[in-house]
Amino acid sequence: MKYEVVMGLETHAELNTISKLFCGCSTKFGSEPNTQTCPICLGLPGVLPVMNERAFEHSLKAAIALGCEIGRFASFDRKNYYYPDLPKNYQISQNYFNIGNNGYVDIIVKGEEKRLGIHNVHLEEEAGKLIHPEKSDADYSLVDFNRAGVPLLEIVTEPDMRTIEEVESYMQILKNVLLYIGVSDCKMQEGSLRFEASISLREKGSDVYGNRVEIKNLNSMKAVSKVIAYEISRQSDLLDNGKEILMETRLWDEVNAVSKRMRAKEEAHDYRYFPEPDLLPVLIDQKWIDEVRATIPELPVEKRQRFVKEYSLSDYNAGILTDDKSLADYFEECVGLSQDSPKELGNWIINDVLRELNERKVNIQKFAVTPKMLVELIKEKTAIGNAIAKEVFVEMANTGKDAPSIVKEKDLTQMDDASELNDVVVKVIEENPNAVEDYKSGKKNALAFLIGQTMKATKGKANPKLLTEILKEKITGLK
Amino acid sequence: MLLHELTASQIREKITKREVTAREIVEKLLEWIKIKEPLVKSYLCLDEEGALSKAKEIDKRLNNGNKVGLLAGVPIAIKDNMCTAGIKTTCASKILGNFIPPYDAFVVKRIKEEDAIIIGKTNLDEFAMGSSTENSAYQTTRNPWDINCVPGGSSGGSAAAVSADMAFMALGSDTGGSIRQPASFCGDVGLKPTYGRVSRYGLIAFASSLDQIGPVTKDVFDAALLLQVISGHDNFDSTCAALDVPDYMSDIDRLDDGLKIGVPKEFFGDGLNAEIKSALMDALKIYERNGAKLVDLSLPHSEYAVATYYIIATAEASSNLARYDGVRYGHRSRLSSDSNIVDMYSQTRAEGFGNEVKRRILLGNYALSTGYYEAYYLKASKVRNLIKNDFEDAFKKVDCIICPTCPTPAFKVGEKMTDPLEMYLSDIYTIPANLVGIPGISIPCGFTSAGLPIGMQILGKHFDEKKLLKVAKLFENETDFHLKKPKLNRQD
Repeated sequence: MKYEVVMGLETHAELNTISKLFCGCSTKFGSEPNTQTCPICLGLPGVLPVMNERAFEHSLKAAIALGCEIGRFASFDRKNYYYPDLPKNYQISQNYFNIGNNGYVDIIVKGEEKRLGIHNVHLEEEAGKLIHPEKSDADYSLVDFNRAGVPLLEIVTEPDMRTIEEVESYMQILKNVLLYIGVSDCKMQEGSLRFEASISLREKGSDVYGNRVEIKNLNSMKAVSKVIAYEISRQSDLLDNGKEILMETRLWDEVNAVSKRMRAKEEAHDYRYFPEPDLLPVLIDQKWIDEVRATIPELPVEKRQRFVKEYSLSDYNAGILTDDKSLADYFEECVGLSQDSPKELGNWIINDVLRELNERKVNIQKFAVTPKMLVELIKEKTAIGNAIAKEVFVEMANTGKDAPSIVKEKDLTQMDDASELNDVVVKVIEENPNAVEDYKSGKKNALAFLIGQTMKATKGKANPKLLTEILKEKITGLK
Repeated sequence: MLLHELTASQIREKITKREVTAREIVEKLLEWIKIKEPLVKSYLCLDEEGALSKAKEIDKRLNNGNKVGLLAGVPIAIKDNMCTAGIKTTCASKILGNFIPPYDAFVVKRIKEEDAIIIGKTNLDEFAMGSSTENSAYQTTRNPWDINCVPGGSSGGSAAAVSADMAFMALGSDTGGSIRQPASFCGDVGLKPTYGRVSRYGLIAFASSLDQIGPVTKDVFDAALLLQVISGHDNFDSTCAALDVPDYMSDIDRLDDGLKIGVPKEFFGDGLNAEIKSALMDALKIYERNGAKLVDLSLPHSEYAVATYYIIATAEASSNLARYDGVRYGHRSRLSSDSNIVDMYSQTRAEGFGNEVKRRILLGNYALSTGYYEAYYLKASKVRNLIKNDFEDAFKKVDCIICPTCPTPAFKVGEKMTDPLEMYLSDIYTIPANLVGIPGISIPCGFTSAGLPIGMQILGKHFDEKKLLKVAKLFENETDFHLKKPKLNRQD
């Protein structure tokens, strides 16, 4: 392609506070419409906002985690526009003095690190939700204000992304950062993490930005990827045909997988921002910043790099393990308890633990197999063999019992005794003369059949290495 | 003296001493209101039932020997821009014509806790925008001293009710003079407290950085009493100061020697009515005779106060009034079947708001628009700071500032309705206190030859209401202007 794609992302993350940003109403998701409202979040005449300190601190934490410059104070502004889901017809947001400016996020694409600029991080209030009746001839719409006033963090990047992979990596890492620092639950299905993308194209080598198209209504990372692919193709087609890209806002239509014009530049709102007179600026001193900084754990990218270095994991595996902070913690607990290689522990977690978690749809904190149990099992493996160990693991996940008791209960210790195995092998050879003949005549896979039969006879307990040796020896001896 | 002519403090004393029952007071007052209200039109609604039932409750508690509050049994009027749970609150606007708040404003809660009796809601300029109460969508309130004159505004209903003895005290709100100017026109005491002294929670916002609730009373002591009750921190208003409230009533008659009074030349210049000027000069002499020292002052930026005010106040108002859209409460226009949400907004607002409110919404939106914000709103904010600096410098030299409350006495109904600029100038002396956030009180200091009251304004330092009240009380103790009643108050 002869164009360079220039992209930026605005992310809205609902903060996971118990109460709303300016009143005491609950932020619980999924309640009956308008049951979590009060005069304040309904914008009744005469009410005033009072800042939720926890929401502010969460935002400060996010701004610090995203490497932002923090000013001596942050203040709030009114963003004026009319929409029926906005009770006051203005949104209390930040425009002049944001909580954080000029931050960054380091992303990793194909093992390569890249630093993306964060333009600003600011706090604002969520709007309500319009509910349109299904009947097409209905002459009304309903509004649910349960979400109105939920604290919303907005994170705006610089136009620093150039590929879909970079955008995907950014979204994943940003989500992980927010989860790691515990300020948002980032549940996309509940709308608590949403995106708006801006995309422009320019000739490769040009240093002038092309006309920017903004796309709203992106409720999943998948939608972002799809819309980018769609826009790149739409915009390059236009440019190829000598047409102009209009500066406009478009809406992503998930069902038909197309973007549609929402409004042209000329129709853009004039938000008439001005300082919110009902709220005082929040003063931020160094002590507060230090205190909040101290609560920020090691962030996913640092952790991933450390895992590669310290535990000799592949970047890919380190990425999976650090994707979820509690999974990373689980892994490191195992490493601390075990004599086995971190690589082996990592493989167990990635292959077996994640599979069982997925099947059971539980998170790692509620998983029956604790790190101690997993380490014990892996230690036991030399005695019971890999195949049995995998079965024991499933049993552990099912019952919550530890490896030694399952092994004992089911008498699963590997048959390592050559004479004992010898008897079984002799019996198998006797019972399968055809297979023995096949093997002798050069059909190698006949050996696998015989191994299988022996395993069956020992209920899988036979030491596979020893068994293979004895089998070969016996058959050769028959010559 | 007849019962309704007494001050609030006198009423409270009579009730607590059991010389009269609260019920008797309410009944007598309602009788008087029935006679005089048709002439004055100060109330938008009366809560007779609620008042009588609260009066009975207070009497019962007194009979049982229980404790009662600071305002026990005192019938009080509330400007109709403060939310009263269960009582219609209209802001004198059609757009809130059917609005019954589900909650009480902080000040309403406080006066209820102190056992005041809410007698009714008073008229105002729609959304408190105006200086004559003529901008009410419902009725024009008349000045009890001359019913051809306006009572001032926007708290004209409260000021007229107190002046006509139809309420013992009242709550008003002051954004650019809306307590002090009508108090001056009606011969009342009107106090605008420091911004942040009284919670604005439940006051229907006009201009959030300027609005403040305060008392309209018959004398200075009553102003101290009502301020005592409504002051103090409120967790529901972030701009309300978390400061202790001094005892405003104790030692109100004791003023330390060496009082220094600033006399700003800008407030005595062209445009000031000669009779008012001479009344002020006489008043200053009384202070001098009582040992005060007069200090000539200049507040050079005050000439920009009105212009600054009309940028900031309208900008904030344009945003504050955006919520009246017909979606959730208040008036909603009847729509034709092919109309959309924008039609609903524009028709609802076109029908619901009066001309002055529309004018200010337009001005405010203009001042905040992209490309104009810096030239208007931001510039006005900077000038506001210059005006603040003027006052800060002045208060390094003096304890308080004395000047006229208004450049003219009450004007005729209709006289200024066709000239908004002329109307805006009516607040020229009161606006600075709102921009700066300092307290100001207006007290009666004389009468014109036509018999209309003249008001004197005393401005003080931030949160120095106690001093302000003492300075006002000294004058009141030396004069009897506050005791004069309008002819209208005579029993026929």
